[in-house]
Amino acid sequence: MTSGLLADLSIFVLALLVGFEVISKVPATLHTPLMSAANAIHGIVLAGAMLIAVTADNVVGYVLGFIAAAFAAMNVVGGYVVTNRMLGMFRAPAARQTAARQTAARPEAAQTAAQTAARTRAGQP
Amino acid sequence: MNAVIGLVYLGAAACFVIGLHLMRSPVTARRGNTLSATGMAAAVAATLVVLVDAGTVSMTGWVVLAAGASVGTLAGWYAARTVAMTAMPQLVSLFNAVGGGAAALVAAHDFLRITGHGGTLPARAGVPTVLDVVIGAVTFSGSLIASGKLQGVVTSQPVVFRGVRVLNIGLALVMFGGGAYLATGAPSRLVLALVALAALAFGVSMVMPIGGADMPVVISLLNAFTGTAVAMAGFVIGNSVLIIAGALVGASGGILTKLMADAMNRSIPNIIVGGFGTGDSTGTAVAGDGGQVRSVSADDAAIQLAYARKVIIVPGYGLAAAQAQHEVRELAELLEARGVDVEYAIHPVAGRMPGHMNVLLAEANVPYSQLREMEEVNPEFARADVARVIGANDVVNPAARRPGNPVSGMPILDVDHARSVIVIKRSMGHGYAGIDNELYTDPRTGMFFADAKKGLAQLAAAVKVLVG
Repeated sequence: MTSGLLADLSIFVLALLVGFEVISKVPATLHTPLMSAANAIHGIVLAGAMLIAVTADNVVGYVLGFIAAAFAAMNVVGGYVVTNRMLGMFRAPAARQTAARQTAARPEAAQTAAQTAARTRAGQP
Repeated sequence: MNAVIGLVYLGAAACFVIGLHLMRSPVTARRGNTLSATGMAAAVAATLVVLVDAGTVSMTGWVVLAAGASVGTLAGWYAARTVAMTAMPQLVSLFNAVGGGAAALVAAHDFLRITGHGGTLPARAGVPTVLDVVIGAVTFSGSLIASGKLQGVVTSQPVVFRGVRVLNIGLALVMFGGGAYLATGAPSRLVLALVALAALAFGVSMVMPIGGADMPVVISLLNAFTGTAVAMAGFVIGNSVLIIAGALVGASGGILTKLMADAMNRSIPNIIVGGFGTGDSTGTAVAGDGGQVRSVSADDAAIQLAYARKVIIVPGYGLAAAQAQHEVRELAELLEARGVDVEYAIHPVAGRMPGHMNVLLAEANVPYSQLREMEEVNPEFARADVARVIGANDVVNPAARRPGNPVSGMPILDVDHARSVIVIKRSMGHGYAGIDNELYTDPRTGMFFADAKKGLAQLAAAVKVLVG
């Protein structure tokens, strides 16, 4: 085993362990955005596709390079955009209650909503 | 120069790790994603600098690269902006497919370039090249089939045909045999093509027999595969940021696969061998003779809800299928305005991918503080006046606590601990485990037979009438 391969293997194993550690702390609520974000991260293969695509010097090489670049770019751009869009939907309670107060027609209903809001914020049932 | 580029790559890798770390909470998650994207942009920019600096890139090379990247960017952007949240699993699966495909192409291209000039692969690149092509190709075709199944283009029923085992063994032999031959440094393009084709076919025959209900596990597993393929691509071209990013994704996919399989009470090999995750019940089955079912009207259910102090909502896939997230939230807001404490209990496999139900409810404007995980919410059921189950079945079946039936040992939501239960369901149809649900015949349970969307609208109307 060459020292280069050994170094790469060490990086791989350590990154795997860091990944297990970091990701096991993500709550189930965010598992879909997590998967989507992870998807975007493996879009880094775009860097690989770029390094490879430009070494092409024949038709087959160009075609493979084109497909690889298109696939990887789709992966990375789509992945980040859709993750951002999803995460934008996760609203904090406070933001929503402001809206609820505005829409509540009757003052007593608004008051009850505000009380509920206060309790929710305090994290009590 | 090389040192600077290397440092940028290292910084990008750090951004990925910190970005994932920030996903621990919905408060910081978005910032994490932005940080991760910044790292990605820096890595891609650094790669461009490398290419420009090398000065060996032909004009055609640049055009090909720019054209490919533009096409991909536009397609990815458009898909990401327009996708409906219910269709998220298909899209994630599709992005997964192209990522795996790109990784396989990187290795294949490298192999063709080296052998095209009469050279042989350096010894250290042999094994990673083979692994990259095989895993990447399996992921590509497998994810496309999974995406098609979720979209309904490919049947979501498990497709099992005679001789599938023999076929799989044959394909595995080609992949292992051909792979081993290539790994020794043999510069045979024919063998590489054979291995790649066998891997593509294997991806199809692996996912086809898996039913719709097992999709959360399959998507997670394929995600782990792509990560590994990308890491292998990093080994092939000697780029550490690819290795790190691939390993992170591999870890993420691995964890999610395990969590999903546990939550479905299935082992991973059992799901891959496949054949019985038949998806949703057809809704035509009739009640078993297990006991009496009490049916309730919208008005009765509305009274129960309106005068409760604490209501826990249990959304299942039936809710998502009926697109009734907004109706759920409207009814919840009506109840909250009356001072009722409302929470959502989310089972890990509610939906078609890990965490899918949370995204659907977040889209409907439910604040994330009300979305509670299974372990966290289970003790709360004993204090709830009403548990309202919408389109969920096996995950609330108390039979799971007893041995000797198909759901034994499956983690469930303790809905039967609530003082009363209202189940909104179209019929007495079975879940995918195919057994009667004891919750439905519990004397405290009232069944409200309706489509989730219409039923919730009726309930909301009844509550409104009730409270004036």
